[in-house]
Amino acid sequence: MIQYERFVLDNGLRVIVHEDHSTPLAVVNVMYDVGARDEDPGATGFAHLFEHLMFGGSINIPEYDDALQIAGGENNAYTTNDLTNYYVQLPAENLETAFWLESDRMLSLAFRKKSLDVQRKVVCEEFKEHYINKPYGDVWHKMRELAYKVHPYRWMTIGKELSHVENATLKDVKHFFFKHYRPVNAILVVSGHVHVEQVKRLAEKWFGPIKTGVKYNRNLPQEPKQTEARLLEVQADVPLDAFYKNWHMAPRLDKGYYTADLIGDILSGGGSSRLYQALVKEKQLFSQVDCYHMGSIEAGLLTIDGKLVKGVKMADAEKAVQEEVEKMKTDLVSEAELEKVKNKTESMIAFEDMTIMNRANSLAMYELLGDAEMMNTELNRYQQVTVEDIKDAANEIFDEANSSTMHYFSRN
Amino acid sequence: MLDRKTPPSIKDPIELDLKLQPYQQFTLDNGVPVYTINAGAQEVTLIELVFFAGNWNEDKNIVAGTANHLLKNGTSKRSAFEINEHFEYYGAYLNRNCFNETANITLHCLNKHLEKVLPVIEELITDAVFDEEEIAIYKQNQIQRLKVSLQKCDFVANRFIDEHLYGFNHPYGRYTSIEEFNALQREQIVDFYNRYYRNGKCIIFVAGKLQDNLFSQLNKTIGHLPLNKLDLAEKHHHVTSSKEKKRNIINDENGVQGAIRIARPFPNRRHPDFTKAQVLNNVFGGFFGSRLMSNIREDKGYTYGIHSYFQNHVQQSAWMVSTEAGRGVCEATIQEVYKEMKVLREELVDEEELLLVRNYMMGSILGDLDGPFQIIARWKNYILNGLTDAYFYNAINTIKTVTAEELKQLAEKYLNPEAFYELVVV
Repeated sequence: MIQYERFVLDNGLRVIVHEDHSTPLAVVNVMYDVGARDEDPGATGFAHLFEHLMFGGSINIPEYDDALQIAGGENNAYTTNDLTNYYVQLPAENLETAFWLESDRMLSLAFRKKSLDVQRKVVCEEFKEHYINKPYGDVWHKMRELAYKVHPYRWMTIGKELSHVENATLKDVKHFFFKHYRPVNAILVVSGHVHVEQVKRLAEKWFGPIKTGVKYNRNLPQEPKQTEARLLEVQADVPLDAFYKNWHMAPRLDKGYYTADLIGDILSGGGSSRLYQALVKEKQLFSQVDCYHMGSIEAGLLTIDGKLVKGVKMADAEKAVQEEVEKMKTDLVSEAELEKVKNKTESMIAFEDMTIMNRANSLAMYELLGDAEMMNTELNRYQQVTVEDIKDAANEIFDEANSSTMHYFSRN
Repeated sequence: MLDRKTPPSIKDPIELDLKLQPYQQFTLDNGVPVYTINAGAQEVTLIELVFFAGNWNEDKNIVAGTANHLLKNGTSKRSAFEINEHFEYYGAYLNRNCFNETANITLHCLNKHLEKVLPVIEELITDAVFDEEEIAIYKQNQIQRLKVSLQKCDFVANRFIDEHLYGFNHPYGRYTSIEEFNALQREQIVDFYNRYYRNGKCIIFVAGKLQDNLFSQLNKTIGHLPLNKLDLAEKHHHVTSSKEKKRNIINDENGVQGAIRIARPFPNRRHPDFTKAQVLNNVFGGFFGSRLMSNIREDKGYTYGIHSYFQNHVQQSAWMVSTEAGRGVCEATIQEVYKEMKVLREELVDEEELLLVRNYMMGSILGDLDGPFQIIARWKNYILNGLTDAYFYNAINTIKTVTAEELKQLAEKYLNPEAFYELVVV
């Protein structure tokens, strides 16, 4: 059981405190309810570019990093399609420094032209490093566009194309900031060697005076149900043929999400998983095969991908994947196999919860999903999944009409 | 009105009284030492068995890594599948890694299942069979993986810079190839396994919320094995650094970035300059606020990230600058790196910047000691490098007291462009 206390400031900022006095550290985690899904289709990559700009100085503090490092702190941030998260870890004695820094950048950024000019370039280099200058780097750009026709999950966090980031203006930046980075759209979690009363006082002092802002009401175009299988064939300068197949799956809060998660583990959760055993070890069609999903809040994708052994035909590889998927649809998995993946989940949660940073991040995530208490009930949701649920969900997900396949051929 | 311009008062992290939780040590019946850290609230345990089975000891390239990788691919009693299923059924994570001097087997496990999984670890280190078919699958898949990696400029650059620093015949400078995977023989792997695992030298590190009967559990499963009996002949390898200092490689005609590596040999961590140089390294390129990062990323935007660091080798280290930069700005990036070296050689670091680095490093160590796994990792590093906690307290003292003058002297001694190898892989 993770103990915590929750309160809400008058300006709508939700605050969660998790005390752990076994560590000398404190973590301050600020999660903003904005991700790449909230971007304009003509200006993608913005939420992530923005994450970079958040380190370029705020209205009263020219250098975020210097001020934190002098207090012995470290920080980082990440952006997903769903949300943006900033976190600071520092000696608990210096907790107030994190409140000072984080509240000032929620109050207002400095909006310096130099910062925008530089970070545009930095993000372009990040784009090149991860998505252009790597074999198979463009796979997810293509897969998302194939699987989503309407929903903003059709582009990646880094952006649809470099030009969107290159063309960002200071006016766009300001607009985005005041639309999304308001107390009413944010969650503050403080964990570690801290006290609830102390956090209440500091939150009122530093975040209390920030204007509420307008609650951002998300109204995204929803993906219509897919009714026909999709196929994309690609030729690229890569050494090996690769196979990718996606199926739409349930959103984060649905029961079906937990079932799909366990299906992923049954198919590829380790050396005893079905796809690895059948396709890599026994049939030796793939040198590597995985089944996973993105953990997205809205309806996401369950993916199987693998690299083919040189000389294996795409059709043979695909057929073998299909056979494993069909087995999930026709036969019940054994109780022991289900127990195995549940045990794995229990273990994973226990190891994740070891650091105050992970606990703070999880509490913020669950609060964003609607209830921080899910942190303590999550395992139970997995426990409730039955072998029949697995079969039913497999039939729902692994419907050919619900699938998007990509054959990624080596040109060499 | 709230004053948002003035920072809240802080406790300077250099004032922190950092302590490294001491380990408890015990010895199994066969002489295998066990170092433990009992801490944390979660009912979990980490057990790491370290064998002196790194590529330092192999006679033929890739044999050490292969033996390590295939430890869990079958014993006379269980198939690879059954071994994996056993650990996975209990939600345990069994990993193995091969390094230069050592190779390990790491188990992460919920306490309640430890008794079920430990006996199978005994099987892996006494009874692995290295079936021909498992070796064949392994070779094929590793070759495929290598082919993909060889298209990445950073991967290629890492291989070549090590070869320049140490020579291909030194374990630190050697790397894999398709030909050498193909040439692997089962007997070489079995030989290596017999010598360096089954009859090898082993040290065990354990951390977590430890059970009372941990010692008896370990002693029952590992304590009777013929480990730590033979004196392993100590092997010597000579460094033969490359004569050629600069190299440009085109790995991908259409590459949009170049992987830059600028490196020089550096003594190991027992050398008196090592901890002081770590402070200088932080000023130079060791963290987000460093000069390389501030100049080359935050001012010029040439790269997503640039870092400098010391390689974590036991015998000899290297001081390395590493980045991936836009193809058109690689040369400009390299010139900026040398410019920052020059500034460090010629100008004293001012007190404000030095205090920031001191505080950052202290905060970072404090953060690194959070939790049992982190504490045991630090101890493992010390023990394998022949160091004690005196090293920890000396390092802290150095961070607090090293002077700007000393840092300048170190820069004059080490940060000379002519001592560095320079490599760009596009």
